[in-house]
Amino acid sequence: MLNPAMPLPDDPLDRDILIGAGDISTDEMYINMGPQHPSTHGVLRVLLRTDGEIVTEAHPHIGYLHRCAEKIGECLDYIKFQPYTDRMDYLAAMNNNLGYAMTVEKLAGLEIPERAQLLRVIIVELNRIASHLIAFGTYGLDAGALTPFFHAWREREEMLTLFEKICGARLTYNYVCIGGVVNDMPEGWEDMVLDFLDRFEKRWKEYNDLLTYNRIFIRRTADIGVITREDCVAYALTGPMMRGSGIDWDLRRDRPYMMYDRFEYDIPIGEGKMGTVGDCWDRYWVRMVEMKESGKIVRQAFDMLKGAEGTHKAKVPKVFKPKKGECYVGIENPRGELGFYIVSDGSKNAYRMRVRGPSFCNLSILEKLLPGAMIADAVMIIGSTDIVLGEVDR
Amino acid sequence: MYFDYTNVLIFFLVGIGFVGVNMVVGSLLRPSKPNPEKNSAYECGEDPIGPNRVQFDIRFYTVALIFIIFDVEIAFLFPWANSFQEFKAAGLGGLVFFEVLVFVSILFLGLVYLWAKGDLDWVKSTEAQRRAALAHRRAEEAKETAADSAKSESATELDLTVAAEAGHH
Amino acid sequence: MFEQSIILSAIRDAIDWVLGLVGQDISILPLPVQVVLCGLIAAGGLMGAIAFAVLIYVWMERRIAGRMQARRGPNRVGPYGLLQTVADTFKLLRKEDIIPTGANRILFAFAPMLVLAGVVAAFAAIPISWDADKGEPIMIADIDLGIFLITAIVATEVIGVIMAGWASNNKWSLYGAMREAAQVVSYEIPLGLSLLVPVLIVGDLSLGAATEDQLGGNWLIWRNPFMWAVFFIFYVAGLANCKRAPFDLPEAESELVAGFHTEYSGLRFSFFFMEEYASMTLISAIGAIYFFGAGDLFGLQGSSSLIMFGVLLFKILVSIFVMMWIRWTLPRLRIDQVMTLGYKVLTPIAFFLLLGVTVWDLYDLNDKLWELFSRS
Repeated sequence: MLNPAMPLPDDPLDRDILIGAGDISTDEMYINMGPQHPSTHGVLRVLLRTDGEIVTEAHPHIGYLHRCAEKIGECLDYIKFQPYTDRMDYLAAMNNNLGYAMTVEKLAGLEIPERAQLLRVIIVELNRIASHLIAFGTYGLDAGALTPFFHAWREREEMLTLFEKICGARLTYNYVCIGGVVNDMPEGWEDMVLDFLDRFEKRWKEYNDLLTYNRIFIRRTADIGVITREDCVAYALTGPMMRGSGIDWDLRRDRPYMMYDRFEYDIPIGEGKMGTVGDCWDRYWVRMVEMKESGKIVRQAFDMLKGAEGTHKAKVPKVFKPKKGECYVGIENPRGELGFYIVSDGSKNAYRMRVRGPSFCNLSILEKLLPGAMIADAVMIIGSTDIVLGEVDR
Repeated sequence: MYFDYTNVLIFFLVGIGFVGVNMVVGSLLRPSKPNPEKNSAYECGEDPIGPNRVQFDIRFYTVALIFIIFDVEIAFLFPWANSFQEFKAAGLGGLVFFEVLVFVSILFLGLVYLWAKGDLDWVKSTEAQRRAALAHRRAEEAKETAADSAKSESATELDLTVAAEAGHH
Repeated sequence: MFEQSIILSAIRDAIDWVLGLVGQDISILPLPVQVVLCGLIAAGGLMGAIAFAVLIYVWMERRIAGRMQARRGPNRVGPYGLLQTVADTFKLLRKEDIIPTGANRILFAFAPMLVLAGVVAAFAAIPISWDADKGEPIMIADIDLGIFLITAIVATEVIGVIMAGWASNNKWSLYGAMREAAQVVSYEIPLGLSLLVPVLIVGDLSLGAATEDQLGGNWLIWRNPFMWAVFFIFYVAGLANCKRAPFDLPEAESELVAGFHTEYSGLRFSFFFMEEYASMTLISAIGAIYFFGAGDLFGLQGSSSLIMFGVLLFKILVSIFVMMWIRWTLPRLRIDQVMTLGYKVLTPIAFFLLLGVTVWDLYDLNDKLWELFSRS
């Protein structure tokens, strides 16, 4: 079945080739993949038009998890909205906290002590690992391998325990707050984290043996869902989705915020190791390497913390009223650029709040990537975008 | 001996009966509260669009034909395999091996033919692939015509020089 | 009188004994009734055994999966969680049976029956042990067509699955059914070709004959250098035939929700589950009997048929463990990769292996090599 928008060629032989005259004609059907589907990572609904196993058209439908986060942000005090950011990208809640806090701080012109900044770096990078662990595990799940998922969860559980130790919560932390972080790290926490990182690096190699270099897995991901550099720019992709296509761009390095310019770490980009640059495997691999690099940053941050000045939190007035103005801050969330745009009219809540969600933008390319893929590939491609529907729908 | 086949039949029927009996017994134990929502076809929580039974393209027809050919072949090979040792004992091993070699070779050729023809490819080509094939064909044609014209040009040049030389003499 | 296999004549004797309690003997029953009665009792016994085995397998699968996935698996109900599957059975029994509107009710109900019946019937031709005194295999029906009948009758399962997928009136089920149709049908070719090899060497289609042939450690797997490759093809094709990972495309839970049994619930669903484990056992049993000497343990088992049964059971369990191990390790293939593997890799290799084995066997190369070896 052909795309009706494209004209048919005049040459009869060409036309035969184009409509696949040698094939038995078959019906196409519309099929709903999601919202209740095991591998749409939440409540994404993708309406597929399929011809047998081939997807000819795909329309992502979102909004099943819409909670008016932006509107709530306009109705609540700046400080009171903080916990709601956790609920957006619940897998990387610390990062969301940070994005919001930094925007408000910039708006209010708050200076953040060095110690608080380092604590933020540590917790945010740990959260990046935790988030990518889910991406890794669920990607295995999409490919039909259940075991990596549980192995990833084993490590994530340990991380959640670490988070619980520092802030008391395991999923919605509300730890990074306006002015710094809620409290300093408890006694012995540093050793626990370093200990965990040692173990994690060993297990990271195990993951690669188990899934990354598995031949079936490579066959399922290499050359699948290739995103070109141009498409990356055209669809405003960010994060591992973009770096997987070989674009070397990371806000932590290229638009440094907090103290990221003082750390040494590599930014992995897709090289087409197993197939084409920008395929699913490349995106997957970027995430895998990022986990390792985040570990490096955490170690360096702990070293710097020893000589860091200041406390864990700057002084923030009880009634928080930033002056009139507007500002946008984008940070590198595990999924890409997470930006908050806030307009203040000088009152205690924002006049306008807008969130630039990385998952939301990354999701938009599905419409282009899915046609031509098989159903099984579609699952792999959706998995490789690593979206969190809480943040897409907000 | 025939009773043995009776037993297979009995087993088959018992297999069917097992399910039936269990369903009947189960029906005494389980609730039955159907409602339209519950009984609707599962399509990830959305209402199905269009009919659920369509002419499904998986080139099943081709594969079924291939299957029949090869499965019949295996069915033919079983008696041969069964009696191979007897023939071997009778000193005719080489002959039956040659026979099966011919038989298998023909079928293997068939497999190679199907392979080359692309009938073993499971998925029929997509529009994108066909467009790519078309573009490739165009490019090839363009190259050929370019090569042809280049050849004819050089040929005419040669002719001219030959003619010129001939005229000179 | 008529000849009966050891198991059936044992059942017949048992009926005779029971009738003896009321002062009668078995000859009061007409012959067809005797045959059917014996068959029914045997089949009932087998069904019970399968049901019991499935309970154990499911428990095993969950424990093994737990172990491989760094978690515990069921460990609350009964010792080591052994009763968990029993509890689950009761839960399934209490589940509402939902037949979706638009489904073809007759086919929908008939599909699980057909799926299970094929596998059950195939078990009739599987020898479970060897009776050294009588010199014949212990099996329910010693059919001279043996493996041929098994491969034929197991194929009904495919029809059942397609029926289930089509009858459900669900698109995901339809996908599952079509994948099953393509996959299982394709893998029957390498499976059949790899099964030809043992038949060729043994010179008999009956699995009982294969058991006899391999007594005393003379397993078929040692007979010639191609056998491991043949076994490998058999095992891979077998996995594909049981729809086990990495070939679990018909139910591919991450793609097709639950594939052909998306619409099946409660007890009806459990029959598909049962069939999967039963056919795993069947493939494992055929593999053990045809390649690894059935109940033979290098002759160490003596003449006890009970020990031989135990040995065979052990081999089957090892094979099933490997199947589970594979399932919890490998990702799933894609349908076109599955088809490519079947038609373009396994089938040609199986062809060549068949010819190789034939040549090897024809010229008795084992003996000749042995001579060469001992001379030097």
